[in-house]
Amino acid sequence: MFKPHPLLKPGMALLVLLLADLLLIPGFFQLEVKDGHLYGSVIDILNRAAPLMLTALGMTLVIATRGTDISVGAVAAIAGTVAVLLIGAHDTGVLPAVLLAIGCAALCGLWNGALVVGLGMQPIITTMILMVAGRGLAQLLTDGQIETVRDAPFFFIGTGYLFGLPVSLYIVAMVLALIALLVHKTAFGLFIQAVGINPVASCLAGIKAGALTVAAYVICSVCAGLAGVMICSNVKSADANNIGLLLELDAILAVTLGGTSLDGGKFSLLGTVIGALIIQTLTYTIYSLGVAPELNMIIKAVVVVAVCLSQSTEFKKLSGSVSAQFGKREA
Amino acid sequence: MTKLTHTLRNLLHARAFTSLTTVGLLLILFGAGAALFPGFGSVQVVFNLLIDNAWLLVLAIGLTFVILSGGIDLSVGSVLALSTMLCGFLLQSWHWPALLVIALVLCGGVLFGATMGVLIHFFKLQPFIVTLAGMFLARGLCYLISINSITITDPLFTVMSQSQIMLFDAFISPSVVIAAVVLLVAVGVAHGTAFGRIVYAIGGNEQSALMMGLPVGAVKVGIYALSGFCAALGGVLFSFYMLSGYALHGQGAELDAIAAVVIGGTLLSGGVGYVAGTVTGVLVLGTIQTMIAFDGTLSSWWTKIVIGGLLLGFCLVQRIMTRSSVHPNINR
Repeated sequence: MFKPHPLLKPGMALLVLLLADLLLIPGFFQLEVKDGHLYGSVIDILNRAAPLMLTALGMTLVIATRGTDISVGAVAAIAGTVAVLLIGAHDTGVLPAVLLAIGCAALCGLWNGALVVGLGMQPIITTMILMVAGRGLAQLLTDGQIETVRDAPFFFIGTGYLFGLPVSLYIVAMVLALIALLVHKTAFGLFIQAVGINPVASCLAGIKAGALTVAAYVICSVCAGLAGVMICSNVKSADANNIGLLLELDAILAVTLGGTSLDGGKFSLLGTVIGALIIQTLTYTIYSLGVAPELNMIIKAVVVVAVCLSQSTEFKKLSGSVSAQFGKREA
Repeated sequence: MTKLTHTLRNLLHARAFTSLTTVGLLLILFGAGAALFPGFGSVQVVFNLLIDNAWLLVLAIGLTFVILSGGIDLSVGSVLALSTMLCGFLLQSWHWPALLVIALVLCGGVLFGATMGVLIHFFKLQPFIVTLAGMFLARGLCYLISINSITITDPLFTVMSQSQIMLFDAFISPSVVIAAVVLLVAVGVAHGTAFGRIVYAIGGNEQSALMMGLPVGAVKVGIYALSGFCAALGGVLFSFYMLSGYALHGQGAELDAIAAVVIGGTLLSGGVGYVAGTVTGVLVLGTIQTMIAFDGTLSSWWTKIVIGGLLLGFCLVQRIMTRSSVHPNINR
């Protein structure tokens, strides 16, 4: 039987969206060079999707282990706030500040992983605790105020350009390359798949499922933290109440759209990147067509259900039997 | 002596242990509030707790059934917002009679929940992702109706909002009475009907429930329909309370409701817990908020941190309890 490439469906979806944009939005694919920087809708979409791509990449690993991390928004808020506070109020250099912020994010991931693995708590509830408390902590750090920052090197992360392209894209490419190396060139990816497909069997096979799962949560939080720093650098301030709000939902959506099953096991990093791009392109299209932006949430909801249904074996059986009936009738 | 330790051990292993802990916690919290702040320990403060949280109680009661069955419903906060929005829109723009609007909104909630239940049971989709989509959908529909807040001036809603029912020299609102009725009915359904027993059975082990020939599918759809109904009713009570419909109402309410259910002693893995426990969970959350309001110097984010801490504490207790009473099983 012919088995399509797993990236075929998300890739096609993105292509269809882009094609619609080509027809509906004049000058969608136009690129201009201004002051040595590339400008255009496509670059804009890529740039704006960067934090989502980062978060979703980390989320892919967690979902592959059959988990979920809904604390990524709160972790992004914590990391962003820490970076801005260190630079703005304590005059720390950009590199140490960002590294410390990422360190805080890694601690959050360690906390999630330790609770999930060490105590066997459900991933949703474990990460929900951090989701609720984490945002509270971030607000505590800023005392509920919006912290602004004036530091040119820091802005470089979110708004800078390098060789004509936004810096954020290089960061995403680097993270993607690192995770891809880890997943494809070491046994890490294989083990994560094994844990996701059958935790008991992988445990009996001698795979250290616990350590692997913790590592997945740490990587996820580090990615979310980096996304938080990027968001803060882009808006030149830290608003603990709003950084990465609903980021967890978009990230899970991106992973699902990319063809990674929520039941764990097989995952695709490239699929996730495509998924994130689909979401951002959809948002961009809705805004530029002048459709009410409120529709965005409804479309997202319908897309999630449609994608999940298309993965469900029960639905395939049902649609299979329906089409078989139709076939009989026509014959 | 041995008898005493025996009873103690029995109490520790009793299924009601976490629920009882919560009752104790509630008493301690309230006692601390009464000792720290003058005027805290009055009947009216207790009643205000009920008045301010009647909608959350109804929301959490519906969610208790879902969690008892081993599922989750993340859409309740958004369905609440959608209900306030529908009330506001139908009353203010179309001038429909209030009772008809309420009936319609409640039916809408049931339909919304039942649809999610069908997706979850018959297509074997994860409750988490289906209700997440439901959350997006309901919130999106709110914005589609209007992005602005709609003030409700309907006479029935105003009466429900402003009338005071005197009790023990203090007053409660009609919403509290409605919430109390919902609670009584819910306790009856959970412990006195076949539906309730099947909910517990599904939460205990869905496979076994199915093999026993129980109507697992119908009951599961019913559970989500019930949660949808409670969320819609919570929305109606919320619009009594706020006298407005707004797309941003009840943001994060699903988390408060889940927290209330967990703190009330219901196991997230399903099968163990009490609807009545959820009341104490809601009251604990309410008391913390009241204490922070009475203190005046603590900022609102402390609520989030304390709720997060409490959730953690209760989850830990639950894990330790299930480890000691049930065989350790290797699950996800």
